[in-house]
This record gives sequence, structure tokens and C-alpha cells, in this order.
Amino acid sequence: MFESFLQATILVSVAAATIRIATPLLLAALGELVAERSGVYNMGLEGMMLMGAFIGYLSAHQSGSLWVGVAAAGLTGAAMAAVFAFMVITLKVEQIVTGLAVNLLGAGLSTYWLRAAFSDSGQTPVIPFFENVPIPVLSQLPVVGPILFDQKLLTYFAFLMVPAVWFLLFRTRYGLIIRCAGDNPKALDVKGVSVAAVQYAAVVFGGLMAGLGGAFLSVGSAARFVPDMTNGRGWLAIIIVIAGLWRPYAVLAATLVFSFLDALQLQIQGIGIAIPYQLLLMMPYVVAIIALMVRRSRANAPAMLGMPYSRE
Amino acid sequence: MASQPRLSVRGLTKRFGALVANDDVSLNVEPGELHCLLGENGAGKSTLSSCLYGLYQPDHGEIQVDGQPVHLRSPADALRAGIGMVHQHFVLVPGFTVLENIAVGTGSGWRFDRAAAKARVLAICQAYGIELEPDRAVGDLSVGGQQWVEIVKVLYTGARLLILDEPTAVLTPDESRKLFAVIERLKADGISILLISHKMAEVMQSDRVSVLRRGRLVGTVRTADVTRDDLTTMMIGQRIAPASRSSDGGGVGGAVLSVRGLSKERQGRRVLDDISFEVAQGEIFGIAGVSGNGQDDLFECLCGLAAPDEGSFSVAGAEVRASSPADVAALGVGYVPSDRFRDGLVGDLSIEENLVLGQHWSARWRRGPFLDRNGLEKNGRDAIAGYSIAATGPDAICRRLSGGNAQKVILAREFGKADRLLLCNQPTRGLDVGAIGFVHRELLRKRDEGCAIVLASEELDDLFALCSRIGVFFRGRLLKVLDRDRTSHDEIGRLMAGQESVVAA
Repeated sequence: MFESFLQATILVSVAAATIRIATPLLLAALGELVAERSGVYNMGLEGMMLMGAFIGYLSAHQSGSLWVGVAAAGLTGAAMAAVFAFMVITLKVEQIVTGLAVNLLGAGLSTYWLRAAFSDSGQTPVIPFFENVPIPVLSQLPVVGPILFDQKLLTYFAFLMVPAVWFLLFRTRYGLIIRCAGDNPKALDVKGVSVAAVQYAAVVFGGLMAGLGGAFLSVGSAARFVPDMTNGRGWLAIIIVIAGLWRPYAVLAATLVFSFLDALQLQIQGIGIAIPYQLLLMMPYVVAIIALMVRRSRANAPAMLGMPYSRE
Repeated sequence: MASQPRLSVRGLTKRFGALVANDDVSLNVEPGELHCLLGENGAGKSTLSSCLYGLYQPDHGEIQVDGQPVHLRSPADALRAGIGMVHQHFVLVPGFTVLENIAVGTGSGWRFDRAAAKARVLAICQAYGIELEPDRAVGDLSVGGQQWVEIVKVLYTGARLLILDEPTAVLTPDESRKLFAVIERLKADGISILLISHKMAEVMQSDRVSVLRRGRLVGTVRTADVTRDDLTTMMIGQRIAPASRSSDGGGVGGAVLSVRGLSKERQGRRVLDDISFEVAQGEIFGIAGVSGNGQDDLFECLCGLAAPDEGSFSVAGAEVRASSPADVAALGVGYVPSDRFRDGLVGDLSIEENLVLGQHWSARWRRGPFLDRNGLEKNGRDAIAGYSIAATGPDAICRRLSGGNAQKVILAREFGKADRLLLCNQPTRGLDVGAIGFVHRELLRKRDEGCAIVLASEELDDLFALCSRIGVFFRGRLLKVLDRDRTSHDEIGRLMAGQESVVAA
């Protein structure tokens, strides 16, 4: 069995699955990275992804257009993030508790709305889903071609967002402002820059990305919506940001580690190696806990992460 | 003067609840002038500068810049008006480079034009003789280096009026000489500087001085026309010894507190340097000094919150070693901390609960394993009546009390447990005249009961009214202990400013 497991085609398929599985995690984690760099912990990521997945599915089903679904999912995430931002930035409600409430809202609202929209049959109509878009020439390359260049458009987008977010944070004027908000918001305030405006923008961007991540799950690959289909990916994205030391490329690396573990367990289950599948399912989460223990230092975290700013 | 003043403040008043922090303050700062704002802590200097930088909105009054009235609702408005501020506590991002700290939040568009920003920073440094390396991380700089970053940061915004809030508090003498050299070059360029300070040596280098006392402007004078003593008098007030000056009370007994060679270092700085003194039964020992000269550290050692590095002290003959606040309190010691809302009270607890803090396990406040709520309530009512606390009842939440009433709650608690020794750090700070009189009477009553009292205050009136002996703290040292009847406000004022000639005399 192990011989077959090590065959090249299987390795390629694990690697390609890694990239696919990484997509929603990477989208959500990059958004969370920007929000946390601005000083706000968005613990509502899971709920925002889930609502994005649901509204994305619903809109695609109603309109018949997958892209309408993706746009609606992004907007849904952004809208939920705006509500969250109002709570934690304007009203200065505790960020973690508010995030948990957003998650409960996402789980409850998506399930309720699903039942309301599709009666109580429990079966949701299957919609078309995004096909892979092989990139000409590059997808013909041996090994890397099928792994990297035969994916869905949203996947390409997610991976291109890594350098884009890096550029935003470290090469633009706004990036400097965002990082300053996370490290010492008062330094912005005394320059006459509104800390709240910066944090709103960063959190809403984070919500938009989480919504897109959710869209990838429903519209992008499953072609339907099932309750709780994010299944902890929002939480994993938060852990990825910590494990990635709040840096875009390290976040990418952490995402790939987790998605590889997930891809591997799918493959192992698929070829029937006799390990209880529950153990395999656990792997990404066990590694996440280990990563958190190893990375327990906050040395790289934005200094004022999670602390609402007020002048006094 | 022919030209318009750079800054003109007319009748500025700022209130915080019942406290009037600035009362009808008017002053002008001319272009190219170094104007000093002098006053004791709490005189309203910081409030005034915060109003000028748009952090607070004044209740009354007008601010004009170059003859134009301005409404400063935020720092953005102040920056637009050409006002920049260097805050007393640096506002920097340690992980950013010097350049990033200076440039963040300035400019327009998406791009961060590093090269252009760097050229501009270097040009400013060149023009005013400031040495800065734009690409170094701010966290690696010395305190003096960080001060330069703050100053260049303000100049980078194009400010024509710089507010410097106690800029030399953290600088070495050499660094502060450099600062004044740079200030000269700024002045030559027509930039005005409003310098907040209470260091006489610096104040004397200014062109004019405006003195604030208890929120009011005492006056603006040309520095060349006055002496240090004149300014000290303006700042502290020409005070006639109050009629209520106490007799030395009942019989002064043996030493209750004796402190021997207490020393402590914090962050490499000697905050307490070989402090020794004794306080007798029935005596109030006063500690004068500008705050931040070691008083807080002394009190924290004496009440058991912090351990001294060297030296020891004993209470009623019992050596206090490696103690906790509970051990010290058990010796009959009460402690009134300087920051009443941070260290003295739990803001969200009620008056009756705060009154038993630290003693809540004592059998007196318990019924079996539970708190004796009825006993607590009765105790609260007694304290409210006995100390005339203005509150809705013993269940009122302490956070909502005024400063004076909050202080009374602390006094009621600490006076109750101080059988032998009472430690009071700035007990009258921020209180109005009525509340101050109340604190004075209570301290005298406690003294007459035979308690030994250590009283630190920045208000010399407090010390002269209550204490038999006054020790002056300066930079962690107890410079001198003076007999109340053989000293003057002037002498103590000079000692508080660290004037060594007096020390030597």
C-alpha cells in the first residue's frame, strides 16, 4: 500500500489538493492578517466565512451566475465585518466576545435562512461550480503544471493576494498607517489620522476576504451549501495568522502546512490505509495546537492588538 | 509689536466636571519666541497644551494663529494651523524606522515615497543641526535619540509653533544642552516654541515666561526682568503661614517608624538613594518635593508593595522584612496612595465594599463564611456620616464619586486601621479648598490620637500647616530635613528645584 502511496501521480494529486484546500484558508487568513495588523482581533471570521458561503450559494442559485455569488459572498463578509467594526471600534465592546457572537449569528442565521429558502427538505439544489482554468503553457509543465497551474480562478486570486497584501502592508503609505494603528494608535492620532477609520477599513477588508473564502467552499467547489460547512476553517485562519507571525509570506507557508495535512489525510483515507480516519481528521488541529504552543510569544504581534483605542 | 502673534489665546477656560483645569487663561506667543509655560504639577499646563493641540476642546475662549481664529477639534486641525506637539511621553512605534515614524500619516496617494521622505528628513536635520539616522529602528535609539525623532516628526509636518511638553525630563544634561542649541536655530528661522517645564535652569533661557497656578494665569513676564526666586514665588504663591498652623499637639513619644539607608534602583536609575529618617509617635513628618523624585517608591517600600534593594525600616520596633502589604497593615499601618482611583479604590465596588478592602477576611466583617452585609452597610453609613461623604448611600459605586469624596472613602478605611502609623502620599492632590481643610483636620485628629504620620505633598501649604519637620526629596535623595518653624517656603522651594547651594549651606 505504501508503495502505491508514494507513486508520483499520487504525490501530484496530494500537492494539487493542498493548493485547492489552501484557497479558502489563505483568503481568510490574509484578511485577518490585515485586520490584526491594524490592531483588531476579528474572532468572527468563522461566522463571516459561513455567511459568505451561504449568501454566495443563495445568490448564485437565484441569479444563475457564479460570479454574482462570489460578489455577494464578499459583500456579505464585508457587511458583517462592518457591523463587527461598529461594535468593537465605535462602541469598544470586547473584541473576542463580539467575535464569538458574530460566529453564533453566522451559524444560526445561515441555517435558519437555508430552511426558510429551501423549505425543510434538507436537500439543497446543486448548482454548477467553477471549473478549473488551466493556464496555457504553464499547466503543461511536468509536475508543477498540474499542481499550480490547473486550478480555479479564485485559487489564483488567493495566491496572488499574498504579494499584494505584502505590498500593501510594507510598500504603501496606507500599509504604514495600518501597521502604526496596530503598534501605537496614538502615534496616528497625533498626526491627525483617524485611528477608527483605518481600523474600519482593515476590518471590512478582512470580512470581504473571509466572505470570498466562504464562497470558494460553496460556489467554488462543493456546488451546494450545507450547514456549518466552514467546519472550523475560520478558526484555523486565525491560528495561521499567529503561526505566520503576522507576515504575509509566513502566513502562506503556515497555510500550506495545514492544507497539506488535510490533503494528506484525504488521500490516505482514499487509498484505504488502516488508520482510523478520525485520527487523520484531527491532524491539522493537533498541529495547530502545537503551533500555538511553540509560537506562544507575542513578540511579533502588533503591540496594541485587541485593545480598543481611546484618547484618554 | 508690529507682527501678528503666532499664537494668541484669549480667556481659555476648560472644566472637567467640578474641576476648573484652566480658568480664563490668556497669552501670546510671538514668532521666533521661546515662551515658557511654568507651573507646578496640576497647575493646568498639560490641559492648556492639550487644548492647543486639539486633544481637548475648551469650554470658553478663543485661540488665534497668525491673527486668524481657529477651532481646534482634533490634532488634524492643529497641524493644519501649523501647531505641532512633542508629548511628554514619546508617541513612537519602536519597530518602525526613524523615517517611518516621521513619515507615517503624512503625504498623499497610495505610494510611500521613501526616497523623497528621507531627503526631506535629512534636509530638516541639516538645517537645524540634528543628528539622526533615518533607517535605524527607533527601538534601538537612546531616549535622547527618540526625543530628536519626536522633534523632527513635528517639524516634518511643517509646524510653525512647537509645543514641547517637559522635553528634558528624560534627557541627560548634555542632551538638553543640545536641545537648546537646536531651539536657538529654530527661533532664528521664525519658529515659535512653547516650552512646558518646571526646571528653573531651562526656564531662565526663555524669552518670556507665563506662570500658571491652580489653573489660572498668574502673569506673563520677560525672563530678563525676573529672578529665579521671583518665578518660584509666582509659581508656588506668596503664602502667609496659615492661621491654623498647628501646635505640636499632644506629647511626642518614641520613634514609631525608623527608616535606615533605604535604597532602590529601577531600570538602572537610583530612585531611592540612602534614605534615613525617623517619625515619632504623635508627629507628622512632611515630605516636600516635585512628584517623581522618589516619593512614590518610598511609600511603596514602606507599605510593603515593593522591596528595597538596600536598607531597612522598622515599625514600632518590629523590623519589617520581605514583607507583603498585609504584613505591614497588620502592624497597624494605614496607607493613602497618591493615585486614589488606580491604587486606592476599586472603582466598580461600592463604598461599603471599598471600606473593608484588605480586611474583608477579618472576623469583624464576616458571618461564618459569608460577608456580613448588614455590618458592611452599617459601617458604610457611619463612614458617610463621619466623613461627610456626599453619596447616595453606602451602596454607591466609587467610580462615580468626585475626587474629594473618593479620597474620604480611602481616609475612612485607612484611618480606621492605622493604629500606629499612617502613610499619606499626596492626600490633597486635586481636591478643592473645602476637602483640603477636611483632610487637614482629620490628619491632626489622628496625630493627636498618637499616631505617627508620614505626609508627602507638593503643596507646601499642607506641610507648613501640619508638619513639625519637613524633609525635601530631590532625585531620590532626602536632601535635608528642616524644622518647620525655622524654614520658609522659599528655602524649601529652592531645595525642591535641587539647588545645591542651599544644600551646601
